[in-house]
Amino acid sequence: MKQIGKRLLTVIPSLIGVIIVTFLLTRVLPGDTASYFAGPAATPQAIEEIRKQLGLDRPLPEQFVRYVVDLAHGDFGKSLTTGQPVLEDIATRLPASAELTLAGLIVAMLIAVPLGILAAVKQGSFIDHACRIVATAGVSLPVFFTGLLLIYVFYFKLGWAPAPLGRLDVFYSAPPTITGFYLIDSLLTGDLEAFRAALSQLILPTATLAIFSLAPIARMTRASMLSVLASDFVRTARAGGLSSRTVILTYAFRNAMLPVVTTLGMVFSFLLGANVLVEKVFAWPGIGSYAVEALITSDFAPVQGFVLTMAVLYVLLNLGIDMLYGVIDPRVRVEG
Amino acid sequence: MKRRDFLKSATAAAAGSVLPAAPAVWSPAKAQSRQETLLIVSESGPNNIDIHGIGTNVPGYETSWNCYDRLITHEMKTGENGAPYYDRDKFKPELAEDMNVGDMSVTFKLKKNATFHDGTPVTAKDVKWSLDRAVTVGGFPTFQMKAGSLEKPEQFVVVDDHTVRVDFLRKDRLTVPDLAVIVPCVVNSELVKKNATDKDPWGLEYTKQNTAGSGAYRVAKWTAGTEVIYERNDKWAGGPLPKVKRVIWRMVPSAGNRRALLERGDADISYDLPNKDFAELKNVGKLSIVSTPYSNGIQYIGMNVKTPPFDNLKVREAIACALPYQKIMDAVMFGLAKPMFGAPADAATTDAWPQPHKYVTDIAKAKQLLAEAGYPNGFETTLSFDLGFAGVNEPLCVLTQESLAQIGIKTTINKVPGANWRTELNKKALPLYTNVFSGWLDYPEYFFIWCYHGQNSVFNTMSYQSKEMDALIEGARDAAAVRDAKTYDKDVKGFVDLAYADMPRIPLFQPYVNVAMQKNVSGYQYWFHRRLDYRALVKG
Repeated sequence: MKQIGKRLLTVIPSLIGVIIVTFLLTRVLPGDTASYFAGPAATPQAIEEIRKQLGLDRPLPEQFVRYVVDLAHGDFGKSLTTGQPVLEDIATRLPASAELTLAGLIVAMLIAVPLGILAAVKQGSFIDHACRIVATAGVSLPVFFTGLLLIYVFYFKLGWAPAPLGRLDVFYSAPPTITGFYLIDSLLTGDLEAFRAALSQLILPTATLAIFSLAPIARMTRASMLSVLASDFVRTARAGGLSSRTVILTYAFRNAMLPVVTTLGMVFSFLLGANVLVEKVFAWPGIGSYAVEALITSDFAPVQGFVLTMAVLYVLLNLGIDMLYGVIDPRVRVEG
Repeated sequence: MKRRDFLKSATAAAAGSVLPAAPAVWSPAKAQSRQETLLIVSESGPNNIDIHGIGTNVPGYETSWNCYDRLITHEMKTGENGAPYYDRDKFKPELAEDMNVGDMSVTFKLKKNATFHDGTPVTAKDVKWSLDRAVTVGGFPTFQMKAGSLEKPEQFVVVDDHTVRVDFLRKDRLTVPDLAVIVPCVVNSELVKKNATDKDPWGLEYTKQNTAGSGAYRVAKWTAGTEVIYERNDKWAGGPLPKVKRVIWRMVPSAGNRRALLERGDADISYDLPNKDFAELKNVGKLSIVSTPYSNGIQYIGMNVKTPPFDNLKVREAIACALPYQKIMDAVMFGLAKPMFGAPADAATTDAWPQPHKYVTDIAKAKQLLAEAGYPNGFETTLSFDLGFAGVNEPLCVLTQESLAQIGIKTTINKVPGANWRTELNKKALPLYTNVFSGWLDYPEYFFIWCYHGQNSVFNTMSYQSKEMDALIEGARDAAAVRDAKTYDKDVKGFVDLAYADMPRIPLFQPYVNVAMQKNVSGYQYWFHRRLDYRALVKG
């Protein structure tokens, strides 16, 4: 507990930094919010009026103080593109991104970890080469390309996948929000039809993300397994006559997990912010596409809100991973 | 349960639920609702569903148009392409049952059976409150009202519960048409006042999220950036009951997917695909495609006439001779636009607008003109465009750049982000650029007041100043107000001729509004606002 508290304390300065930097960065962006939202037929007076209403005519320090005071009250400001409070937007969109990213990561993990172990155990074999090919192909295909290709084949040509219309087909209504994850919420409320609909919408984007994130996980598993398999205790275990299954899964893999978990954490946080393109392609109402749209229209509040949320998420994620280290490898706990 | 067993059973369960998830299987109730529901897909959605709001975007206008009523609206006629097209000159009542235009005022009698969505009757008080709101809130709505000389709350008078009079500030033929645009919509004043605050006396925060109108549809659910769901108002008094019960408008950012959705038959309508897709869909013939030229809209190349070298008429003429008009039509627009160039040399000017000018691409002549202007070796300049419409603007500018290089003019292309474009235009410092202007009110003098008049509005992007031009535009406006057809005709032809002689901006084409629909969807109507009118659409 004390350790967590200490860790959290070190986070505060970085959060303050993030707040200041995003505020300044959004102000130096090219583009004029007021004239964009004044509409196609605005006179200079109309633009001035809107600038005033938005409080953009005040000096920067004053705008900043206001922003911080609002933040302290839990007010992230309003998005001009969607017209909604940013906090509300993020609250509805973050679960969408998280559900997709987690699904992609889990699928990638289920494939990549066994693949990596096999590749390490049977080094130089057919499966090792297969692992290398899959990994190389995965990283070298840009996600939007994989996404469009999957849509073209499985939706447009074959008609197996549902229309790429976001989280649910238009004729289903979303399950009541409990966690914000449609799969979980629909199961909790016993709405199997919605569960099935949500799942079928998830398949293609999940596959797209999984293909992309396979590579780092598989490569990292293979590398770390290789080094562990070459170590003394594995040789001892083998010499002791343990079955190779026990040696690999119980002794070697557990020790190889540390770098794999680190990679997983990195891939997850990276995917969460970077799946903008997947969200665009699949009309997925996530936070990535939200932030990009806000950037295009020089809409400050959502950009600031997005960066801040991501910063907090990264911090929590790193904290979680650090805790996990302790569980996997008690030595880390002692040293920490 | 052991971890491994759990994994096994979980994968088995997942596999089991994946296989029967084929989306084509609908329960009968779902099939029924699919038949009664219209699915629209487009790139972006509203940020506010009240057109009186601060910074309401164009998709928001579509919601306002379908969920609110105006006193009057336009009749339909058949357009050039055979599809229904709004009739600029003929009005029909919507909330009013009768309109009586006097010399200095117009009186409306309201329909007695008209009610708002919450059941309260529509009264003259609501009409006055709504019009007061439109001229008071500032920004775009107030600006649009002003265009029809509707400026002060005193102009709107409640005569009795069901009669409203609008007094004219001055004689202006745009006053009545301006009452039929989207802005003067009638809002449920009691409902909105209940939700207003001291800081927000017009209840803009409430109507931003909620429809408070009497229109044919109401917004049942709006998820910003994702979808808008409309339900039909079965008690609509503004016209015949619409055929479509439910409209779902989904935002699909990728144009390729919108096209795929249409081609697979999953979406019913889409209207913002790239020109290339429309051209191809047209050839395939699986969908019905309706293309209509923007009313009163032109894409043009503009030049800043205040600064050299474009202050020189000969330079402007040289540019007009050097532009690759036909190439732009073929390679950028894929034929989906109406040419605004190459009128026959002996064609007489008409009082219609837009009308083509007489220039065609003639590089030899352009070179000669440039030499006469004192730039035999050309010059260097920048060519700017709005990245928000890069699909058309970028190839257009590249072709223009190539063409101008042939007469020695070296251009650097300057891509301006959408959010910054209007600021740049307002500065009036761009030397050479492409842009589109289109006006809701389809009158030549309306276009010219904004684009060529010396009052120098933001749309006079060239900073063009000419006393003669101003006199002709004002002459036409005043003649229209008193219905002096002869003077009007003379002045309109006069200002068109002058605009094409001075050539501060060079029209390229009139863009098309392209709408792609399934074959079983009919009833699409072209409106001046270029958005969809759900009320006339029929499915099946």
